[in-house]
Amino acid sequence: MTATALESAGGGAVLAAEETLEAFGHDPWWVTLLKAVVIFVFLMVCVLMMIMADRKVMGRMQMRHGPNRFGPWGLLQSLADGVKLSLKEDVIPRGVDRALYIAAPMIAAVPAFMTFAVIPIGPEVEIFGLVTPIQLTDLPIAGLLVLASAAMGVYGIVLGGWASQSPYALLGGLRASAQVISYEIAMALSFVAVFMYSGTLTTSGIVEAQQPVWFALILFPSFLVYLVTMVGETNRLPFDLAEGEGELVGGFMTEYGSMKFTMFFLAEYVNMVTVAAVSVTFFLGGYHAPPPVTMVWEGANEGLWPVLWWLLKFLGVMFLFIWVRGTVPRIRYDQLMLLGWKILIPVQLVWITAVAAVRMLVNEGAPASVTAGVIVAFSVLFIAALYGWGRAVKRQRAAEAAEHAEEMRRMREDPKYGGFPVPPEKAPHYGSSVPAEEPRNTPPASTGKREEVTGA
Amino acid sequence: MELYAPIFVLGGIGAVFVVVSMIVGSIAGPKRYNRAKLQAYECGIEPTPQPAGGGRFTIKYYLTAMLFIVFDIEIIFLYPWAVHFDALGLFGLIAMILFLVNVSIAYAYEWRRGGLEWN
Repeated sequence: MTATALESAGGGAVLAAEETLEAFGHDPWWVTLLKAVVIFVFLMVCVLMMIMADRKVMGRMQMRHGPNRFGPWGLLQSLADGVKLSLKEDVIPRGVDRALYIAAPMIAAVPAFMTFAVIPIGPEVEIFGLVTPIQLTDLPIAGLLVLASAAMGVYGIVLGGWASQSPYALLGGLRASAQVISYEIAMALSFVAVFMYSGTLTTSGIVEAQQPVWFALILFPSFLVYLVTMVGETNRLPFDLAEGEGELVGGFMTEYGSMKFTMFFLAEYVNMVTVAAVSVTFFLGGYHAPPPVTMVWEGANEGLWPVLWWLLKFLGVMFLFIWVRGTVPRIRYDQLMLLGWKILIPVQLVWITAVAAVRMLVNEGAPASVTAGVIVAFSVLFIAALYGWGRAVKRQRAAEAAEHAEEMRRMREDPKYGGFPVPPEKAPHYGSSVPAEEPRNTPPASTGKREEVTGA
Repeated sequence: MELYAPIFVLGGIGAVFVVVSMIVGSIAGPKRYNRAKLQAYECGIEPTPQPAGGGRFTIKYYLTAMLFIVFDIEIIFLYPWAVHFDALGLFGLIAMILFLVNVSIAYAYEWRRGGLEWN
């Protein structure tokens, strides 16, 4: 891979992407349509099951049952919810910007579907005598498409909040858009190391580049940052400040009802499905069987088995969403922005530099001692930064605690500060010259008889 | 182009679904309008009058948006560099480190001036 890349840089741009994309773009139109319909149905089923699983798993985590009435084990609950929502009154409040108000749910929902076109679900297989990859299409810029359609969803949110002409909706829309663009930067930075190692932006190429070992293992910090931004980007708990019920009622969808609300809801869940699929593609080895399985079983990557591995990884990431939601409390908006701008982005910038330096040294055949020295230098830098940050946080906490204690003391003791004049504890008791021998309100000794309960 | 067409096919199926279900929703539901129902929801109090096109909001959001553009452009430069990293060698590494330092100066400036604080 290194050799071909060097060649292409020397002798004119033959992108590695063009070789790997041979398999795509040759399907007859009906195969393309069939694949698109299958993906769409898969997405819808995933969303319905995810909403149900969300409520059921959350229920189990909170020691209750969750929905279990409609269909076997409550499996059809979301379908019933959808039918109910479509039968609700479709209120358009007075004073809204009608065109934008109606367009916003569509703008939120439609781009959410499009990312899935470049997600590889399986390798090339032969079905009905036709060799075709289990992937709708792939682009030389598939990595950019993933980010672009994630960014398109922001328009739906901010326009929905803007067109509603309501303070809650406006604030929710602004918050959501600021949050999504902040986390999008950290997400885009977490992809840089992946593209560096795969040498391509095509999703199928990235999956192939993870054949011996997953990027989640060799690029672990990138993977961690992606997991955080994945939750932030989809406005899920603990980052669902855009619709925090406690402060903003329903956020940007306050004024929406019936099917328009459903479209926002659908877009949120489709986005969850998409980012989970992207994490499987970019970090968890795509459709390849996990290494322990391939050691035991040679045929794990043949036929349609890869689809099973893909599904298992995908469901694992989806479960992570619910798990995080059930475990972590919602954070404050300033903490959310602090995490995005002051922690994730600087960490990613340093990490990218470190990865690039080490990879360059290895590529250029530098002596192992130099490489090890650079790794040690970056580790020391990292530990020092962590230590300094820990000390700063500790100092800040101590200062805040001292300030708080001082405030409480003045509230207690200083009448001018608004506190109550409280007599000191050792002051003599007014109204009696002798201090009380025993507590005045001693309960009468029990007589052993049950007291008669009167109607009063 | 044949690589891009399937994306629009999928998007088209999604758009048809969204439009049809929104039309169905607007037909299927009951229609019992009254004045209070048509007001913007504000926990039961009289709604705050909104100027046309929404209200005023804090300057923080503009700052965030502008910083976002700076970083987005940085990322646009980082991607081609990352894809062709193996071919660029030491020169690419040093060039990119210089670029990152330049962007970080603006970033550090905004941090120091409190542009990243949300109080």
